[in-house]
Amino acid sequence: MFEHDVLVIGAGLAGMRSGLAAVNRGVNVGVISKVHPVRSHSNAAQGGINAALTDRGDPWQDHAYDTIKGSDYLADQDAVAVMCQEAGQEVIGMENMGTIFNRDDSGRLGTRKFGGQREARTFFVADFTGQALLHVLYEQVLKAGVRVYEEWFVLSLIVRDGQCCGAVVMEIRTGDIHVIRAKSVVMATGGLGRVFEPSTNALICTGDGMALAYQVGAPLMDMEMVQYHPTTLKSNGALMSEAARGEGGFLINSTGERFMERYAPNMMELASRDVVSRAEQTEINEGRDVNGCVFLDCRHLGPKRIEDRLSQIRQLGIDFANVDMVEAPVPIRPGMHYQMGGIKADVDGLTSLPGLYAAGEVACVSVHGGNRLGANSLLDTLVFGRRSGEHAAERSRDMVHQSIDDNDSETDRKSIQGMLDREGRELFGKIRFELGQTMNTNLAVFRNHSGMEKASSEVDRLRDRFSKVVVADKGKTFNTNLLFTLELGFMLDCAEAIISSALERKESRGAHTRTDMPERDDKNWLKHILVNRIGDGDREIQHLPVVITEWAPQVRSY
Amino acid sequence: MDVTISVSRYNPDSNLPGSYFQDYQIEVDDSSTVLDALIKVREEIDGSLALRCSCRSAICGSCAMRINGQARLACNTKITDILKRGSGSVSVEPAGNMTVVKDLVVDFSPFWTKVRQIEPWLQPNRPPPEQEYIADDDDMLHLAGVMDCIMCGACVSDCTVLNVDKNFLGPAALAKAYRFVADPRDDADVIRLGDLNKYGGIWDCTRCMQCVEVCPKDVDPMSRIMALRDKAMEEGYTKTYGARHAKAFSDLVEHSGWLNELQLPIRTFGLFNVKQMFKLFPVGIRSIINGKLPPIVHRSITGVENVRRIFERVRDKR
Repeated sequence: MFEHDVLVIGAGLAGMRSGLAAVNRGVNVGVISKVHPVRSHSNAAQGGINAALTDRGDPWQDHAYDTIKGSDYLADQDAVAVMCQEAGQEVIGMENMGTIFNRDDSGRLGTRKFGGQREARTFFVADFTGQALLHVLYEQVLKAGVRVYEEWFVLSLIVRDGQCCGAVVMEIRTGDIHVIRAKSVVMATGGLGRVFEPSTNALICTGDGMALAYQVGAPLMDMEMVQYHPTTLKSNGALMSEAARGEGGFLINSTGERFMERYAPNMMELASRDVVSRAEQTEINEGRDVNGCVFLDCRHLGPKRIEDRLSQIRQLGIDFANVDMVEAPVPIRPGMHYQMGGIKADVDGLTSLPGLYAAGEVACVSVHGGNRLGANSLLDTLVFGRRSGEHAAERSRDMVHQSIDDNDSETDRKSIQGMLDREGRELFGKIRFELGQTMNTNLAVFRNHSGMEKASSEVDRLRDRFSKVVVADKGKTFNTNLLFTLELGFMLDCAEAIISSALERKESRGAHTRTDMPERDDKNWLKHILVNRIGDGDREIQHLPVVITEWAPQVRSY
Repeated sequence: MDVTISVSRYNPDSNLPGSYFQDYQIEVDDSSTVLDALIKVREEIDGSLALRCSCRSAICGSCAMRINGQARLACNTKITDILKRGSGSVSVEPAGNMTVVKDLVVDFSPFWTKVRQIEPWLQPNRPPPEQEYIADDDDMLHLAGVMDCIMCGACVSDCTVLNVDKNFLGPAALAKAYRFVADPRDDADVIRLGDLNKYGGIWDCTRCMQCVEVCPKDVDPMSRIMALRDKAMEEGYTKTYGARHAKAFSDLVEHSGWLNELQLPIRTFGLFNVKQMFKLFPVGIRSIINGKLPPIVHRSITGVENVRRIFERVRDKR
């Protein structure tokens, strides 16, 4: 048995920021992650982190407005205000801890332009900003001496007397199952990209945290809002950062036309991501594509600018599309990238379940609403990671632990033994692939009722097959076969939540664009959709008003 | 096209002793990577194959392993490239210099212990600035070249020093150390260099270039180690054999225009360093037997003054 005041699940940016904030408040913190912290998917955030710095004449309200407009007015405006007001301190704080940022001529932090924003307020490190931040946070976690359970996997959350008070976990290296007792648990496990195939997300993004919370009755919010990034490679779904367009790259179709002129005459390639992805998909659907792709054209930027600021994605193009962006346009298409929805949480990370906090992509605060702006995700992880860590620390300070012990792991032990004992021919890989394809076919850039219904029944069928899945590896040591099978269970729960929310929202807003209901309907649908699991397998859908403070919904054009 | 991939397997839970190669026939295309193939194996053929992998785009550092004998990231190694280069076959083994846990998974804990040893966090010794530290963009971009390191362990896997001396901090940790020493915001340079000057530190690198060769992110760890040596000597850490060797080498060449190989060990170790002089004895005997004994009387080359001028010019430039 292990014991911590605050247990953080996930060691990406949100998780480590949370753990660091909590340990700075003087409580005992443990951080658990199924991969080593620097392997976390925060690494993959390339372009930068947004912050409006008042002393540079960029008021936070402008950042807030861009964020809210980008969200198609589904973001809670009080939460957006918190994020935008605290952005500067968070970016400067990370710089002071050691993050290397690109500078301007005066030696101060430099900025670049990013999509959906009127100001250049994106701070960046070449095109590996996420990696630079993640490694520095790991350094700080080492410095603070936080206990990190590297390569430990969370099987379930423990709830006693209506409070989340620990987790059942498995040490991957040995296969041993343990209970970790905690006064507060912060969920920071990131996204669920692998529910879709292809996706820009890493293979570890399997929605564990959302499913774990969902399973113990914490509602998930706005799960239908799945972002498709405008520039991904066809071969493996790899991301080509928005920085390419921020630095001045064009999007062209098969005729060489800069087609964004017809969709977003003012912001062109730097309109919101949902707008650009829809435009691309329309071009592709109407036949102005080459093999299902349009093109990202950066040739006019010249080799030096590309090498200094976009070297990593240049390499990705060479490696995975056989195209050097210095010499030729890179074929790209919209690809699943980010989950705006997640565990319903407030600005201090509090979820509907006492003792359980959530921050980062796993949470829905909601600051991204129907569409997240590029470079707002890193900001989200840091601001709400810190706030949840601080709140969880304060809450835990004068509390006593619930009396849970190793017996609380019995259910998980039995279910894992059941999986290992099963014989048959059903492979987890096939089910995962079919799930991903189903979601990518029916819940992509454009959706309609019949497609989503089809996906729903397909997921039910896959769930049946999942109950017969066989784990070939029966051993205890580093049994990844077992882990992937457990993750597939989480993914099926996430898919269920996404589909039921999507079927519920009978309008088009942000990333949720229905060809059968193409208009935004503020009168009936300016609200959040919550999915809650009640009992075994039953779902309950609820609506929640959107918090509007000073920015009334308007027609959205770029 | 069909390709056979030989994968090194090891399962401590099984009765099979040690590791063995298992062949898998799989269909791949021109853009398939080794990782694509391994994922195909584990999802469609043999679910029990264990490996670490995550991002698929050379950024998370999970999938360093030996492919046809050399450390690489499986995710950015194309099978067609490997086939072209090699003998038409693909073999995959776990990274070297680390204990195998299972199949392609190795124990990274010594790797992280060494990273921790260099105290890898910024250590300013001045009050924090009100806003950001003011720094030159070029300095920051220079550091970004080191921060590109994804800690994949490819350099550690193929480091020839670690192969014989586990105490060596290794290329990854030393490159990380350089990142702080070269950071204008860090004030602990002198202490850091003092620690790096010890056994296991910067002077233990043999400059074999393996780390430069295998690094998938062009971090160039060896050059960072050489830069640390320069900085250490500039800070007055000149008493190690390594530093004395470097200084003696340069002094001798400046003096006569070419290396006086008899003088070099004497200046490095000191004439009265009996133990070291004794150790050199067999080397001397062997070189006599093989006709490699340097001239007893060392003469300057013609035009030595030109060589000296080069040294002066370099000194002026500093």
